[in-house]
Amino acid sequence: MPVKPGARLMQGNEACAEGALAAGLSFFAGYPITPSTEIAEYLAEHLPARGGVYIQMEDEIASMAAVVGASLAGAKAMTATSGPGFSLKQENLGFAAITEAPCVVVNVQRQGPSTGLPTSPSHGDLMQARWGTHGDHPVVVLVPWSVRECFDLTLHAFNVAERLRIPVVILTDEVIAHMREKVVLPEAGSLVVEDRARPDRAAGPALPYDDRQGDVPPMTVFGDGHRAHVTGLIHDRRGYPAGPGPATEALLKRLQGKVDSRPELVIAEEEETADAEVLVVAIGCVARSAARAIRLARAEGIAAGLLRPVTLWPFPGERVRAIAGRVRGIVVPEMNLGQMVLEVERVAGGRAPVHLYPRVDGNLITPEEVLGSIREVARG
Amino acid sequence: MSTALAEKYLRVERLPHIWCRGCGHGIVLGALVRAMDEVGLDLDRTVVVSGIGCASRAAGYLNCDGLHTTHGRALAFATGVKLARPELRVIVIAGDGDLAAIGGNHFIHAARRNLDLTCICFNNQVYGMTSGQHSPTSPRLSLAPTAPYGHLEREFDLCELARAVGAGYVARAAAYNPRAMTRLLVRALDLRGFSFVEVLSQCPTYFGRRNRLGGAVDMLKWQKEHTVDVARAREMDPAELEGKVVTGELHRAEYPEYTAAYAELVSRVKGETGR
Ligand SMILES: Cc1ncc(C[n+]2csc(CCOP(=O)(O)OP(=O)(O)O)c2C)c(N)n1
Repeated sequence: MPVKPGARLMQGNEACAEGALAAGLSFFAGYPITPSTEIAEYLAEHLPARGGVYIQMEDEIASMAAVVGASLAGAKAMTATSGPGFSLKQENLGFAAITEAPCVVVNVQRQGPSTGLPTSPSHGDLMQARWGTHGDHPVVVLVPWSVRECFDLTLHAFNVAERLRIPVVILTDEVIAHMREKVVLPEAGSLVVEDRARPDRAAGPALPYDDRQGDVPPMTVFGDGHRAHVTGLIHDRRGYPAGPGPATEALLKRLQGKVDSRPELVIAEEEETADAEVLVVAIGCVARSAARAIRLARAEGIAAGLLRPVTLWPFPGERVRAIAGRVRGIVVPEMNLGQMVLEVERVAGGRAPVHLYPRVDGNLITPEEVLGSIREVARG
Repeated sequence: MSTALAEKYLRVERLPHIWCRGCGHGIVLGALVRAMDEVGLDLDRTVVVSGIGCASRAAGYLNCDGLHTTHGRALAFATGVKLARPELRVIVIAGDGDLAAIGGNHFIHAARRNLDLTCICFNNQVYGMTSGQHSPTSPRLSLAPTAPYGHLEREFDLCELARAVGAGYVARAAAYNPRAMTRLLVRALDLRGFSFVEVLSQCPTYFGRRNRLGGAVDMLKWQKEHTVDVARAREMDPAELEGKVVTGELHRAEYPEYTAAYAELVSRVKGETGR
């Protein structure tokens, strides 16, 4: 599919939608909710011309269900929502995890809980994105910080989802979603687009969960003649319900292992961390303020550095731990009352004190606020 | 069912099934197999989608692609399957709790959308899987572990609902008459659009025992005595119909089918962008 080259003024939500189209999105089901709605509207306009399916379902539960159904029938499928809808999607997100249905869910975060502040940004769903559905399950969570990265990470999300047969969540927020930036999208031919492996049809029917083929079994897509049985119950490699016992444990460990055994999934960006005495760990729009703050700090003679987790989950724990061993302290500015900080504290393991700077009034954390925290840590 | 039919349409390695002695769900599955055979469904191009409950386990016994989803959501998953691959035949199986309680909203909208799906509700008037709690189709004043003093709500007429919200085909069958059931299922499978068949199934283990309705045979007899074919029902006056359940083909209408309409939209949009 051609991606128009040349510079365009784009919104984060539009860039997400373009990234999905570049990845070969063929099915979108959604339900309107601020601040995610532009993704649905953009795809309602552009998907049909590319032969894809757009549908507005009766609610978010149904849109997540339709996405998983479409994925199992071979589509590259996505949905987009915000907090209240993300909560509704959780049960079927877990279904995607256990049935190994690749799909992408965009959650444009707004201030919660409940209806909260519908038009204000927040990073309140960081733990929900990891643990929102019940039971242990693999999930990759990506957090873009620019419009261009909305495009890149949505494309990447599809690639990871297809490669590992897992749901991938993109966490943006009202700021990133509605911000407009000039972006030059890459030429379609220059992009790497991955598709799920399917069993060789000539070899006859394959088992839907043939773990002897590796930890990501080739996908027996509906209609391909495999007569696959797919269930949310714990199942054996034939897809048939299984009881408690070693096979159950093996399945859960295989699913979780898809992410845990691939350290290459972890993405983090660092700025000025080599000689840093104060480390800031921040994601998404907060990282933009933090990037400015470390420059302001350096202008004042404080050696500050930034580590920005691009994959929130899996968390770049090893890098944070390594840097923690040589800094005076770590600042974690968050648009919540302290979520990512728990993970930073865990991985820092006492090597450096960790300071939370929380803000939950519905406004973006400013560079000056982050600078203030950096100064406090630097002064000791 | 003949062995040949069973071996072709069922995953025989998964038998015996999980249903209790006397349960009506096996009768419905049998009728569905016969109907699939009569219609000549290509098992490599058929997907059976179900929710959660005793009824929904039927999807796991059929020898085609099967999708056993979450409680109440079968129609929403089926919508994704069908839209992603419109050439596949998609059959949805649901219990009465599955379809009318937790999945009620999806039922309304799937019918209204008139997507080409055949939806079969195995109505045993209780939540069988969770041991007999009341469902939206439990009769008023019937007893259940969650209605020990009698259930206060009125029962839901699912066929009336389906007709009202725009299903193209609506029929009701009963387990006591599998031949009629097969006939109605064949017509439902033949329809291009949303077809709905409600089947009265019996649950002697929970509903029958608690409400002192006897065993499976007594419950099937009750069905025979209390059902009236739609043709005869039309000639009966309301007083006579009191307490009776009308069976047969209740409704048929032509509405634009969703996947066809969507394909048209795509070619219209492509035509316009191509110009
Ligand atoms: C979200 C959710 N809520 C509740 C349940 C528990 N549950 C399993 S089956 C069922 C009801 C099944 O009744 P019905 O749909 O009438 O089918 P039957 O078992 O009678 O065939 C319930 C409440 C569940 N699995 N998931």
